[in-house]
Amino acid sequence: MTTIHPTPSGTRDVLPDEMREVHAIAEAMRGVFAARGYGEIHTPALEYEQVLIRGDPAAADPAYKLFDEQGNVLVLRSDMTIPIARVVSTRYATAQPPLRFCYVAHAYRSVRPQRGQDREMLQAGIELVGEPAPGGTAEALAVLCEALDAIGLAGYRVGLGDASLYPALLDAHGVPAAARAAILHELVTRDFVGLEREIERLRLGAEATDALVGVPQRRGGAEVLDAAGAAAAGLRAVLAALPAAVAGRVIFDLGLARSLAYYTGAVFEVYDAALGAPLGGGGRYDDLLGRFGRGLPAAGWALNVERLHIALVGERRGEKL
Amino acid sequence: MSGLNGLTLAVPRGALMRQTLDLLDRLGVSTDAVRSNERRLLFGDAGIVTMRPSDVPTYVEAGAADIGITGKDVLAEQFERAVYELLDLRFGPCVMVVASTAGDDRLDEALRRLGVMRVATKYPRVAARHFERTGRQAEIVEVKGSVELAPLTGLAEGIVDLTATGTTLRENGLVVREEILASTARLIANPVAHKLKAAALDDLVGRMREAIARA
Repeated sequence: MTTIHPTPSGTRDVLPDEMREVHAIAEAMRGVFAARGYGEIHTPALEYEQVLIRGDPAAADPAYKLFDEQGNVLVLRSDMTIPIARVVSTRYATAQPPLRFCYVAHAYRSVRPQRGQDREMLQAGIELVGEPAPGGTAEALAVLCEALDAIGLAGYRVGLGDASLYPALLDAHGVPAAARAAILHELVTRDFVGLEREIERLRLGAEATDALVGVPQRRGGAEVLDAAGAAAAGLRAVLAALPAAVAGRVIFDLGLARSLAYYTGAVFEVYDAALGAPLGGGGRYDDLLGRFGRGLPAAGWALNVERLHIALVGERRGEKL
Repeated sequence: MSGLNGLTLAVPRGALMRQTLDLLDRLGVSTDAVRSNERRLLFGDAGIVTMRPSDVPTYVEAGAADIGITGKDVLAEQFERAVYELLDLRFGPCVMVVASTAGDDRLDEALRRLGVMRVATKYPRVAARHFERTGRQAEIVEVKGSVELAPLTGLAEGIVDLTATGTTLRENGLVVREEILASTARLIANPVAHKLKAAALDDLVGRMREAIARA
């Protein structure tokens, strides 16, 4: 009789058949990274809690904490961006920017185990340090599309928004600081009914209400940028710097809000009709490296390799959302 | 564009079903097959799948349905679901309340004398968050049906449940002590469909908005 010894929920063993296919995806992406001059780096899965908190206070709530022999609190990294910010300030303190890094590494989060979602996930991504917007953002997006093309994903689209767009809109319409946390909460939790309720509560008049409720729901081609006026200047500049093939993949999304707090400019997510959840994403974080002592603008992204695999299998089977 | 614009809609069976189908009729979606077929679940031609209201966020989050209709009560209980909440459809109004047997409030007494109150509910997470936010210790007892029975049999001192008219509460000798949240039917969307099918979705939401305003 077989004896079953379980692994923790949300984790699993990867056996050779699957591993071959995952490896092919990672290798195709590594090929693009190398051709674009990105150097692969490895950082420890365990970090001091203090280091991650410095990068993002929300990172103080990682899923897995443990103590070392001296009683220091260690955490399993929840992404690669903050560890690479630490590496840049520590190991590249005087190096001439721009710096280009890539990785294929595991990150750890507490999630509800479901299709394509795990406690331990394999991420492949890049960090481009010292190249400001819009050129750096455009390069990151171009490498993203090249990597997706290289693994053979056909139907992907890139949702592109700007973390500074909605705050700029709130400024422009004189929304008081005290009301903003509740408004941004509704936006991040994707609740447009709640967003409308919070905006209407402020009694700003029809024009401001329409803009604050309507603009974050706009998504589509470059024409949606007109709705946001001056607040979309950053996105227009990125669009102008994008190669045509990349621009053709972009869906502008004026309400795109990623849950990580360190994004300062462009943010993006990757979608494919074969999967009901984003395949990954990224954005600009121009303030993050300064918190570690080397204030350089930066942008990056990470794709979930297991989700890429599911989407590839789905596309080949002809599955459509 | 007409009908559901090629989108797949998760329709809740139960209390919200009739008004959901009435709304779809006003949008030009043929619901005859759904109405005449109690047991069939999938209506591929119309783009409709039917299910329990509490399963709607599950199907929509996974992308098995592009959009769905369910109560705010369900969304509040499953708050971590990655779905867009697009529209308040305004039908199916009800209130999530704390209730206990009429007369002296047994919940208060339990909290004062025993330090903790036992509350039976089908909405354990909404209930737990409500008592946590209001600084009271509560032991949440999850039940699957007829919550009103719990305080009558001594399983719990009170309940957290949904009430539309208050009739069931009254008939079981219960009175409302607190209101937690007001609920109506909501339109939700899968986050990927929300981007990839933006035009179809926005057109449908616009027509739904008009239909509701006219009703």
